[in-house]
Amino acid sequence: MSYSDPRLATTLCGIKLDNPVIAASGTFGYGYEFAEMYDINELGTFSFKGTTEEARFGNESPRIAECPSGMLNAVGLQNPGVDKVISEELPKLKACFHKPVMANISGFSTDEYAYVCERLNAEKQIGWFEVNISCPNVHGGGMGFGTDPALAAEVTKRVREVTDKPVIMKLTPNVTDITEIAKACEDAGADGISLINTVLAMRINLNSRKPVIRNCTGGMSGPAVLPIAVRMVYQVSKAVTIPVVGLGGISTPEDVLEMMMAGATAVEVGAANLTEPFACKHIIDGLPEAMDRYGIKNITDIIGIAH
Amino acid sequence: MLKQVLLAIEENTAVAENVYRMVLKGDCTGVSAPGQFINIKLSGHFLRRPISVSDYDKDSVVILYKIAGEGTKEMTELKPGTELDVLTGLGNGFDVEKAKEKGHALLLGGGIGSAPMLALCKELRAAGLRVSAVLGFNTAKELILADELESAGAEVTVMTADGSTADYCDADFEKGFVTDAPMLQGDIDDCYYYACGPLPMLKSVFKNVKCDGELSFEERMGCGFGACMGCTMHTVHGAKRVCKDGPVFAKSELLWD
Repeated sequence: MSYSDPRLATTLCGIKLDNPVIAASGTFGYGYEFAEMYDINELGTFSFKGTTEEARFGNESPRIAECPSGMLNAVGLQNPGVDKVISEELPKLKACFHKPVMANISGFSTDEYAYVCERLNAEKQIGWFEVNISCPNVHGGGMGFGTDPALAAEVTKRVREVTDKPVIMKLTPNVTDITEIAKACEDAGADGISLINTVLAMRINLNSRKPVIRNCTGGMSGPAVLPIAVRMVYQVSKAVTIPVVGLGGISTPEDVLEMMMAGATAVEVGAANLTEPFACKHIIDGLPEAMDRYGIKNITDIIGIAH
Repeated sequence: MLKQVLLAIEENTAVAENVYRMVLKGDCTGVSAPGQFINIKLSGHFLRRPISVSDYDKDSVVILYKIAGEGTKEMTELKPGTELDVLTGLGNGFDVEKAKEKGHALLLGGGIGSAPMLALCKELRAAGLRVSAVLGFNTAKELILADELESAGAEVTVMTADGSTADYCDADFEKGFVTDAPMLQGDIDDCYYYACGPLPMLKSVFKNVKCDGELSFEERMGCGFGACMGCTMHTVHGAKRVCKDGPVFAKSELLWD
């Protein structure tokens, strides 16, 4: 059954989504926290918390800072590790979510990416892998793989080898030419690209005269980064033939339309979930009326129409 | 249980130096325990402001907040009648049952951390328990809730770091920190404590107050309801979120030995 207006349906790497709204990794846990608040089956899908081989505490506090129209975070890939995700988190997720879920995976070596992907590959509920080569808050991994086309291609290839499920590479905006990284991933066998992860940023406390965040830098998200994301989705979707998932600052139905016009096949909603727990639901509920206002029949009609 | 509600400001007045009392009216049934907090959306700010509940019933919440930055400064200018978008019912709150096992509750509040002790005191007194409160402040100008706690049936001691006192208040005043209070130096084996205040105070309570108890923490938060992992701390049970698994943690969960 479809949970939303049929005009919202889109297809991502061969898997149908009832609507293009995907809750972004790191803002939606493993789903069940939000399932206490609304039926999360209303979502297109969601991308679960970035998962690594071993459990990770992440960075010390403070991990959060505010900025005009947005926020910075330096969580640092806190997660229970792939074994516990399989034994504890996914069974809880299965109880409240009945659609294919996007598995966000991360690593500190190409071996780790391949290992985590292979361990999760047998999980039937996983529809796609979203490979995070763009976390700005860890040292020696994450974004390091997403700022070099050769390394990005190597991670793509290694993950590609261990799964038949669609592989979506999640890119960082903190590069000189994002199309070069996207093309390297496509050539290495990626089925899709998602972007943007957070923008590397910093805030300083005037009283302490030190960075607000213990990690010094953090990743910036929220409405302030939407125009950067729209620009990069536009550039990447022109440069590759595989589908692009657009994210970065989306908080309204109109933002979804803008991102899809820039070239996104689906979108992710991140920081908005943190300040408005019902953000995804409200965006989905508001999309048909926004489409009417802009004369859009089916949402797939506008993908890349701005090119 | 988290509820997103619109609450109308009934009162917003200064009650001590840099401390304001705000009364919010509306559906407050989301609040289910003393020690929980609410998360307030302010116009012009992306993140909500998490503020502990001082007192509540089904259709009102009272908060005491200290000016800590631009957001709380702007809150002081909000007029009665203004509606605020609020997430209620956040955090675990204090476990009142624990004191019932002992019979005598100690409420230890440091500065603005005294705020949640009022609702807690009322609930403990309603259950027939003896309640003693020790509230600590830098100076008597920052004093809050001493009279309210006495009215609610607690025996109150106020500690001031500079030795200052307040004529209007009936409580006993002593110079020093919360942990210097005379009543905490004696035999407190039949007591259970509830502490909330700045980190140095919590560490001192953990180390120096000999009976069992629980402590309420604060941290910079992204969401306030367990989604972002922005406020994680180390405990004996591994990584815990201050907003969702806390803000109250048992003494036995802490790693300060």
